[in-house]
Amino acid sequence: MADQDNNSIAFVATEVIPESPPPARETGVVKWLRENLFSSVTNTILTVLALALIYLVLKSTMPWILNGLWTTSSLAECREILDGTTGACFSVLTERWNQLIYGFKYPVEEYWRPNLAFLLMLVAIAPVLFFDLPRKLLIVTALFPFVAFWLIWGGTILAPLIALIGFIVAGAFFQKFGRNNFALGFFGAIVIALAIWSIGGSMIPEGASENALLPAVPSRDLGGFMLNMMLGLTCVSLSVPLGIALALGRQSNMPLIKGICVVFIEFVRGVPLITLLFVASVMLSYFFPPDATVDLFLRVVIMITLFSAAYIAEVVRGGLAALPKGQYEAADSLGLDYPQAMRLIILPQALKISIPGIVNVAVGLFKDTTLVSVISMFDLVGMIRGPILASTEWNGVYWELFGFAAALFFVVCYGISQYSQWLERKLHKGH
Amino acid sequence: MSELMSDREIDRSKMHVGSEVAIQIANMNKWYGSFHVLRDINLTVHEGERIVIAGPSGSGKSTLIRCINRLEEHQSGDIVVDGIELTNDLKNIDKIRSEVGMCFQHFNLFPHLTILENCTLAPIWVRKTPKKEAEEIAMHFLEKVKIPEQADKYPGQLSGGQQQRVAIARSLCMKPRIMLFDEPTSALDPEMIKEVLDTMIELAEEGMTMLCVTHEMGFARQVANRVIFMDQGQIVEQNEPEEFFNNPKSERTQLFLSQILGH
Repeated sequence: MADQDNNSIAFVATEVIPESPPPARETGVVKWLRENLFSSVTNTILTVLALALIYLVLKSTMPWILNGLWTTSSLAECREILDGTTGACFSVLTERWNQLIYGFKYPVEEYWRPNLAFLLMLVAIAPVLFFDLPRKLLIVTALFPFVAFWLIWGGTILAPLIALIGFIVAGAFFQKFGRNNFALGFFGAIVIALAIWSIGGSMIPEGASENALLPAVPSRDLGGFMLNMMLGLTCVSLSVPLGIALALGRQSNMPLIKGICVVFIEFVRGVPLITLLFVASVMLSYFFPPDATVDLFLRVVIMITLFSAAYIAEVVRGGLAALPKGQYEAADSLGLDYPQAMRLIILPQALKISIPGIVNVAVGLFKDTTLVSVISMFDLVGMIRGPILASTEWNGVYWELFGFAAALFFVVCYGISQYSQWLERKLHKGH
Repeated sequence: MSELMSDREIDRSKMHVGSEVAIQIANMNKWYGSFHVLRDINLTVHEGERIVIAGPSGSGKSTLIRCINRLEEHQSGDIVVDGIELTNDLKNIDKIRSEVGMCFQHFNLFPHLTILENCTLAPIWVRKTPKKEAEEIAMHFLEKVKIPEQADKYPGQLSGGQQQRVAIARSLCMKPRIMLFDEPTSALDPEMIKEVLDTMIELAEEGMTMLCVTHEMGFARQVANRVIFMDQGQIVEQNEPEEFFNNPKSERTQLFLSQILGH
C-alpha cells in the first residue's frame, strides 16, 4: 500500500496469496429457489403463472386418471359404473392388450415367439449401443436378425439359414479379396451372396413350412406395437449404413457414382413418405412379374429405409463437411488408403458430429412407422383406428387409446434421445 | 531468431549428404485453375540432405512440398521419389506416402484417438505391424520427442508444441526415409517453437533427409546444407546457408532477407 501512496508504478509481490474458500452463502434448496425461480419481479410472476397452469392441468386430468376403471368389458359397462362422474375407461387397454401389442391375427399360443425375439433384441443391441460391453456379444447381434426372423415368421428354418450362409460366405470372400482390391471384393461378395440365395432358395422343398417346428405366420398377421418396433428397428439399422454410403458416394470423385447418389437423395427427399408407402403397397406389384409375390412387409421396409437413408445421408454429409481438410491430408500423408482413412479417421469423427441429426431422423422414422396404418397394415395406430374403435364394445374410447399410443412412443423416443445425449458426452474428447 | 538456437551445439558427425538421389523433380509445373502456381521446378535432393525452403507467402513453397507426397497433383513434369515415379497410380502414391513423413502447420493429429493410438495407427494398418510391436515403436519415438508420459492423453489436452512433437513422432513411427515439414512452427507460441526446433535438429543429426518450409532462419543457418528461395512459383536462388545469408545474389532474395532479418 505504501508503494501506491507514493504514486509509484513499481510493484513486486512479496508473498503468495493463500487459497481461500468462496464466500459463505446460504446453500441448498432456498438458494436454488431464490436464484432460479424468484430472482426478479418478472421471474416471480412467471413462476406463479406457471404453477397456476400446472395446477389447472393436473386438476382437470388427475380425477380422470385416478378415477379410471381397469376391469370393465365394454364402454357401456364402464359408463354405467362411472354414472356420470369423471373417469377414464382404461379397461380397453387391459381388455385389448394383446391386440394393441401383437395385432389381432397373430396366433395367441405363439406370443412367446415375439416376446423371446424382443428379449434377444435387448441383448443384441446392447453391445452396439454400449462399447464397454464385451465385444463377443456382437456375435449375438450378428445372429439376431436371422433368429428373430425365424422366431417371428416361423416356418422352415432353411430360409434364414440360407440367408445367413450367404452373408457368411460373402463376408469371407470380401475378407480374402477386398483387402487387395476393394472393388473386386465388394462386387464379388454381392454376386456370391445373390447366387447362394437364389440356388438355396430353389432348393427349399415345396411345403417345407407346413410341418415346421415353428408354425409359419404370414406377414399380414403381424400387427400392433410389435409391428412398429419391427419396422423401426429394421429400417433404422438398414438406413444408417445406407445413408453413410450415400453420403460418401455424394463426395466421390467419380462422376457416375456421385451423380447417382445426388439424384437418389434429391428425389427421395422431394417425395412424401406416404406416397412412397402407397407405391410400396399398390404400385410396386406392377413392376414385378405377375406371379412374384414380394412380401408387403419387405416392400414397406425397403421404402421407409430408402426414405430415411436419404435424410441420414444429408446429416452425415454435414458431419463430413465439418471436418477440417487437414484430417483428410494427415490420413493421406500417412499412407492410409481410402477405406482405411474413412473407417479409422474420417467417419468416427464425422459420425460423432452427426449423432444429434441421425438420432433426430431415427426418432422421426420410428414415429413415421405409424403411417403404415393408411395402407391397411394393422400397426398400433391401425389397430386402434380399425378393429378396436370399430368394435361395438369400445366404439368411442379415443383419449385412453391414443393417449396410450402416445405414451408408448414417448417412452421409446425419449429413451433414444437420452441415449444420444449420453453418447455425445461419452465421446467428447476435450477438443 | 537465431538466438533461439544458440544454446545448442550441433553434432554433425552423422550429417552427411549421400550420393543416392532421394527426390528428383524435373520441369514440374502446376496450375490452380488458370493460376500458374509452380513454374518449371527442377530440384534434386540427395539422401541425407537438409533443405530449407524460404520465400514470401504465396510463393508456392508449401505447394511444392505437398506435391512431393501428392497432396497436390502436378500437371506437367516428373517427380520421382525414392525411385518411384508419381503418377495417378494409387498403389505408387500410397507406397510413396508411407515412405515420406509429413508434418503440418496445424499438426492435424487425430483428435478422437489417444497420442499412442495416433502413433500406432499407420504402422498397424499400413505396415501391418503387430499391435504390441507398434506400441513399442511408438513409445520409443515418443520418448525421443520427450513426451512419453502423455501417451494416454488426447491431442486436445496437449499444448501446441507438444502436439507438433507428437505429429513428428507419428510420422517417424512409419520409419520414413524422407521428412517434409510444412511450416511446423508457424502456429506456435514463441516459447514452444524452440522445443519443436530442437526435435527437428535431433532428427537432422541422425541423418534424416529433410525438406522444411519454414521462416526460422536460425534453423536454416545451423542445420540446413542448402537453402532454396522461392518467389512467384519459381526457384529464384539456392545456395549453402552461409553464402545464401551473407551474400545473396538475386535482388528479390536480398529484399526478402532484409525484410525478415532486418528487425
